[in-house]
Amino acid sequence: MIRIFLLSALPLLYSGILLAQLPPNAEEIIKAVDRNLSARTTVLESKMIVHGRRATRTISSKSWMLGQEKAFTEYMSPAREKGTKMLKIGNRMWTYSPQTDRIIQISGHMLRQSVMGSDLSYEDMMEDPKLFERYNAVIDGEEIIDNIDCWRILLTAREKGLAYNSRKLWVDKERMIPLREELYAKSGKLIKSLRISEVMRVGDRWYPRIWLFKDELKLNSKGTEWIVDKIEFDLDIPEKRFTKSGLRK
Amino acid sequence: MINFLLKGVLRDKIRSVLSLIVIFLGVMFSTIMVGFMAGIFNDFIRVNAILDAGHLKIMTRAYDELSDMAPNDLAIIGVDSIISDLEEKYPELYWTPRIKLGGLVDIPDENGETKNQSPAIGIGIDLLSPGSNQAELLGITKSLVRGRLPESFNEALLSEEFSQKLGVDPGDKITLLSSTMWGSFATYNFVLSGTLRFGIPAMDRSTLIVDIEGARLALDMDDASSEILGIFKDELYDEERSEEIKSDFLGRQEMSEFGLLMIALRDQNDIGLLMDRADIYIAFIIGIFVFLVVLVVWNFGLMNGLRRYGEIGIRLAMGETKGHVYRTLLIESSIIGVIGTVLGMMGGLSIVYYLQEVGIDYSDLLGEANMLISGVMRAQITPGTYYVGVVPGLFASLLGTALAGRGIYKRELSQLFKELET
Repeated sequence: MIRIFLLSALPLLYSGILLAQLPPNAEEIIKAVDRNLSARTTVLESKMIVHGRRATRTISSKSWMLGQEKAFTEYMSPAREKGTKMLKIGNRMWTYSPQTDRIIQISGHMLRQSVMGSDLSYEDMMEDPKLFERYNAVIDGEEIIDNIDCWRILLTAREKGLAYNSRKLWVDKERMIPLREELYAKSGKLIKSLRISEVMRVGDRWYPRIWLFKDELKLNSKGTEWIVDKIEFDLDIPEKRFTKSGLRK
Repeated sequence: MINFLLKGVLRDKIRSVLSLIVIFLGVMFSTIMVGFMAGIFNDFIRVNAILDAGHLKIMTRAYDELSDMAPNDLAIIGVDSIISDLEEKYPELYWTPRIKLGGLVDIPDENGETKNQSPAIGIGIDLLSPGSNQAELLGITKSLVRGRLPESFNEALLSEEFSQKLGVDPGDKITLLSSTMWGSFATYNFVLSGTLRFGIPAMDRSTLIVDIEGARLALDMDDASSEILGIFKDELYDEERSEEIKSDFLGRQEMSEFGLLMIALRDQNDIGLLMDRADIYIAFIIGIFVFLVVLVVWNFGLMNGLRRYGEIGIRLAMGETKGHVYRTLLIESSIIGVIGTVLGMMGGLSIVYYLQEVGIDYSDLLGEANMLISGVMRAQITPGTYYVGVVPGLFASLLGTALAGRGIYKRELSQLFKELET
């Protein structure tokens, strides 16, 4: 009787072991990445180190983000940038410059221009970080990156009009955070790359602390470092923070 | 013998006058044609040089690699001292800084928010420094459509078409959005002082012109510029001297990323190729002229041969060798050729000189004034104008006579007296 039970249970047991060994679904990985990187609200202080061919500049800023829809950034230093503010609402963006006392909409080809001479464009800044909603994901393999076991995930755009048609992500298997990313145009040309060299624990999530963005189309670019000094999630941010009138204050 | 032949040429008007007229006209037209083509081509070169390329252009080596993108982060620093050094060493050129910039021109509404905006191609030109001739050289004054030239560094000019598109008039505020040479976000308010018509659709579509100091303030380019242009003071491109200056200048520069690079006009935008092609076109035209003059002179030679049939027969009958007769005809033709060439060159060069200095004013036919078409068609005296007439003048007449004179060798001495009897 016991033998019969064991024999009948064996296939079930065997399939259970197989399931445990199967890699997670690519979509689950991307959802886990999104859970780490996205929040209801985010307030962060950061500095951007732009390595130009002639000089290196450090630009510090404070940003408030409400989901993926709204963001407000105020530049704190250097002196020339101090007081410059940017507001994103949906797919629209405005900038305020105290030197000219003007609120200027950033649109059209300007969105593809570099932000403060960095390797990031306004389009990059406006991008919704939630990958799952915009890309189809497949696991392309596994790879060791900086001694960390990673999934290699291929993302292909679900919708037209995205800045990058496909992406390749190397996701830390344990912390579910991308350590490297390559962004490609529709033609398959590599446009940008990023590396994350330090990850920090914030509450129950992992978040990149030091990012290195590189515009692969820029000749001799040394890239732009983005360092998150302080980050807080799910704070209450008043709605009026995200208004055009807030830009002049 | 030459004196004897010269007397013959001068005294026998029928022998010389028609040939002289043909050679004179051939040489004169060849000279004028070459001078005129050189003038038209030089006008094209002048526009290119003044607007963008300079007869010589200086930039950093790093800037040169990406010059199509106007990368002001790689601009020249310490421009004032570089220009004073250039003015001292190469005084035959004007040296002037230029800033090229790309960005957006944004027009505010009554709340200072964006009412209208459009991408712009901007040029920072030295319009206001004492003694600057750039506004005049570029023809900005004559191409003004509305308003006036900038009188301060925070005033700007837009192309008329662009101003219409943006809906701005002289006196309105416009904001430039761009990047500083250090990569920062740059916004700068200018007041529109006037509008221009360039005459080139690409420039009429989206051009902004500001004084160099305004561009420097807007882009944080203190004592810096994208490029330094060198333009010969007579506005004519001297290729040989340009190459000398270039070699001398480059010999004193370091080879680093931000070392200075000097390039000549012919090294830019395929202008060298165009210049070489222009030489081929000129050679082709000269070839056609030479061919026509040879034909005409040959024809005259044949007619002279017929007219002088009896004279040549008597000379042969008196014992003069055929070779001697042939040689004397060639010497006569050379004398006529030299006189015709000298006269033709004098006539041609005088007309070319007049067209160089005064030109043909056709501006009334152009209708609306614009910056890049001068409105005066000019010729130019070039080294080619001094020697181009020699080819049809001397060689064509010599070749024509040589071909016509072959008939001498066909005369049979045994038939001479029979022929002379008739």
